[in-house]
Amino acid sequence: MSAPLTSLDRPNSYIGRSVPRPNAKRLLAGRGRYISDIRLPRMLYAAFLRSPYAHAKIVAINVEQAGALEGVHLVAVGADLAKICTPWIGTLDHFKGMTSAPQLPLPLDRVVWAGQAVVAVVADSRAIAEDALELIEIDYEELPLVVDIDGARDPGGPLVNPDSVNNVCFRSQLDSGAVDEAFAHAAHVVEEELSFGRHTAVTLEPRAIVADYDPAVGALTVHHATQTPYQFQDLYSRHYGIPEARVRVIATDIGGSFGMKLHVYHEDMAVVGLSILLGRPVKYVADRIESFVSDIHARDHRVHARMALDAKGEILAMDVVDLTAIGAFSTYPRTSVVEGNQVIRLMGAPYRFKNYRAALEVIFQNKVQTSQYRAVGHPIACAVTERLVDMAAAKLGLDPFAIRARNVIADDAYPQTSPTGYRFEALSHQVCLKRLHEMMDYDTLRAEQAELRKRGIHRGIGIAAFVEITNPSPAFYGVGGARISSQDGAILSLTPSGEVRCLISVTEQGQGTEAIISQIVADQLGVAQEHVKVITGDTEVTPHGGATWACRGAGIGGETALQATRALKRNILEIAALILQEQPSSLDIIDGEVVDAVTRNQRMPISEIARIAYFRSDTLPPGTQAQLTVSHHFAPQGYPFAFTNGIQGCSLEVDVETGFIKVLKHFIVEDCGRVINPMLVDEQLRGGIVQGLGAALFEECRYSETGQLVNGSLADYLVPMPMEMPDIVIGHVETPTADTELGAKGVGEAGTAAASACVLNAVNDALVPFDATINSIPITPTKVLKALKRF
Amino acid sequence: MNGSDETLLDDVDETVRVRFIVNGRKVACEVAPRETLVDCLRNALELTGTHAGCEMGACGACLVQLDGRAVHACLMFAVQADGAKIDTIEGLTESGAIADLQAEFHRRNALQCGFCTPGMLVNAHELLTQIARPSREEIRDALSGNYCRCTGYEAIIDAIDAVAKARSEEGGAT
Ligand code: FES
Ligand code: FES
Repeated sequence: MSAPLTSLDRPNSYIGRSVPRPNAKRLLAGRGRYISDIRLPRMLYAAFLRSPYAHAKIVAINVEQAGALEGVHLVAVGADLAKICTPWIGTLDHFKGMTSAPQLPLPLDRVVWAGQAVVAVVADSRAIAEDALELIEIDYEELPLVVDIDGARDPGGPLVNPDSVNNVCFRSQLDSGAVDEAFAHAAHVVEEELSFGRHTAVTLEPRAIVADYDPAVGALTVHHATQTPYQFQDLYSRHYGIPEARVRVIATDIGGSFGMKLHVYHEDMAVVGLSILLGRPVKYVADRIESFVSDIHARDHRVHARMALDAKGEILAMDVVDLTAIGAFSTYPRTSVVEGNQVIRLMGAPYRFKNYRAALEVIFQNKVQTSQYRAVGHPIACAVTERLVDMAAAKLGLDPFAIRARNVIADDAYPQTSPTGYRFEALSHQVCLKRLHEMMDYDTLRAEQAELRKRGIHRGIGIAAFVEITNPSPAFYGVGGARISSQDGAILSLTPSGEVRCLISVTEQGQGTEAIISQIVADQLGVAQEHVKVITGDTEVTPHGGATWACRGAGIGGETALQATRALKRNILEIAALILQEQPSSLDIIDGEVVDAVTRNQRMPISEIARIAYFRSDTLPPGTQAQLTVSHHFAPQGYPFAFTNGIQGCSLEVDVETGFIKVLKHFIVEDCGRVINPMLVDEQLRGGIVQGLGAALFEECRYSETGQLVNGSLADYLVPMPMEMPDIVIGHVETPTADTELGAKGVGEAGTAAASACVLNAVNDALVPFDATINSIPITPTKVLKALKRF
Repeated sequence: MNGSDETLLDDVDETVRVRFIVNGRKVACEVAPRETLVDCLRNALELTGTHAGCEMGACGACLVQLDGRAVHACLMFAVQADGAKIDTIEGLTESGAIADLQAEFHRRNALQCGFCTPGMLVNAHELLTQIARPSREEIRDALSGNYCRCTGYEAIIDAIDAVAKARSEEGGAT
């Protein structure tokens, strides 16, 4: 890494600077252009009739009256769309033995969760389409169903998919060996079973899509509220048989995504089909209830885990069984087993131990699918590990900081391979641990806790170390046969007036992708940031790439932009050298001016180079072809993932009379490598932590025995609101990855990764005087009172 | 279904002419009685800055000013607003009434996806007209009907706090 990248005092040095996001001004003025805002000429609106049953046979559907309603253009059932859309199967090749039933936009003869879309109506307005839904009659024959994990694993119980022999989607095992011996020789063993409820993303803008098929040219344009336009270009092309170059997916402003908006949803596939059938634009925006019953949910794990330690409190081994229920299908194209896979692989990640064994069982049930949502698997692996570490500390009479200090992998001991098979390039647990201790003013907090306890006020302090997976390589999905890119692309041009336009494949959902890309380009080229325009989210315009998921925007997208900019700079300086009769190496660019590399004296503005190259190429030496547009792609190499790390701390108060928990303050020390924009990193951390706190304390998709989601509204499903959320103190450590020039790793999931673990430990810490423990998430007041035997 | 729905549907079809002063301009439109104000603003008037996140008064994305007070445009039928003066995020932006709030939100990155932001701004504007110098606790309390999934709220609280300070210093009050 060359020194200028960090020197913030030279002109146009933007890497490391907290500059505001240029595109945020539009959003603040109410001038966002979300997919839900889009209205096209001749556009129609879709609505879906959903199954009231979690498992039922469709005996007959009568759509006659609905179809006759004025303003209705089309009523489509499963068979109508099956004629034009090929089915999809949510499995990946590298998950050996994995199964999942084929899926279609609308079911043909059986529904498998309550809320599944069964019939689509397209009408002049959403209201008319909904009126028509009320005129549709469906005869169902209810079938036996499975709702909970145990029911689904019962050998004689009902099958979610009658063609299979059981409800198992996938089983996997990891074993580094000698686990039983380690436990046999351990001085201490701690053991716990922890359960994690289902929760969901609850993006403020629900899923939204406008599909526009033009039969005259056989081309499909889809305005889609998604993180991954290229993935959907490929999917729409393949499943509807439209050549890829004739499918355009546009994802402009997106009102939140968090992993939820990158899966294939039945309604979205249906809307594309409806537009093809009608040859007109069709819009569908989920309402909030539809979001709750049809967006992916996440988590839903039950983990049994043991940890063995020696007499000094050093961790020797872990033994884990993770059971997770994923709904009726595995999602496509990323599958629903990635979460469980990451749970068993991230266990114990911060710690130095050798012997590890894990079993994963992923099972089907009659509920909506679970899949990747912010910090996939991390919160579960982290909560289980960190709870066991705290239990061990209690057993050994050690302070939570002390036991972690004794066990984290030393900062100078890298590279390291975890017993679960992950390769860590360089992490910074020791320095993070120390920083957190200072930031929390830990000793004062402990003294205060002891003092308050005497007065009947019960505070708890919890800490949790984490490792986050970022910058995924092709090893993530590509090797499993999914057409999901790990590379990204950028096309960078110097415009005739000397400004810069950057088309890039990483997308923006509010993280600040466009801002950091413009910072990197401006920094590397030597121009003012306001002269760089970044364009994202349109497959027809931007080059193919993975886009934004799994924390790859800065690490992979940023590196792509950096390398593209260096290539453009070389080209500009070559032309400048011809004009100025110098060697390119003796020139540089500062503030949009070509300067002498040594003296920094101005030679000519780059706008002049652009003018000459575009309009007066006749004045350039014969044979010169100026290349003021460069196209560049970058795929990660070296380590398969850029792991990041950090540690969180939480101080909270438990009201032992009511069971209510008030988070007083939350802390995080985090290492995401090179920080491009500290303000944006901080806000990613805060947003992520609040999502984690929501999961820890409030959020749960609750089902009845008959498989009905009983809290599918924002009044019943509790999300964190400003009043319940604490201020969050942030500290940074920077360990850049050596795999890229930029050195950036991801940060979007770090906050969510450890927040629930922290809260779990803090609540249990508060309950120590009562000899009560909590072992499930979310930690609701009822659970607290039950643990206290007051309910 | 039964055959008696026809009369029902006829009622639904019937539209009513309503008039408002939206963002300082007189407008008239035909709305169905069942149409909410947020739908009318977004669809008929093409003012898409007002968002719908829950359509049940829980998230605050749809807040607009109605006769000077912040109201949920999802909880009101358009016909109920007949004759009212309505200011949406677009109008508040053009008039400059919330320019300082917007600048402070921008400076502190108090928004990510921006979907909650118009509602946040309308609510913050309302709060600062009621209480000149709210405490952080009061700000958090006032925003407790505004859901944001992206930010973690703290930057929003900071921004409102800073504007309250700046405004009252300008006015010489504390
Ligand atoms: S849409 Fe009105 S409060 Fe949520
Ligand atoms: S910024 Fe996305 S919901 Fe608030």
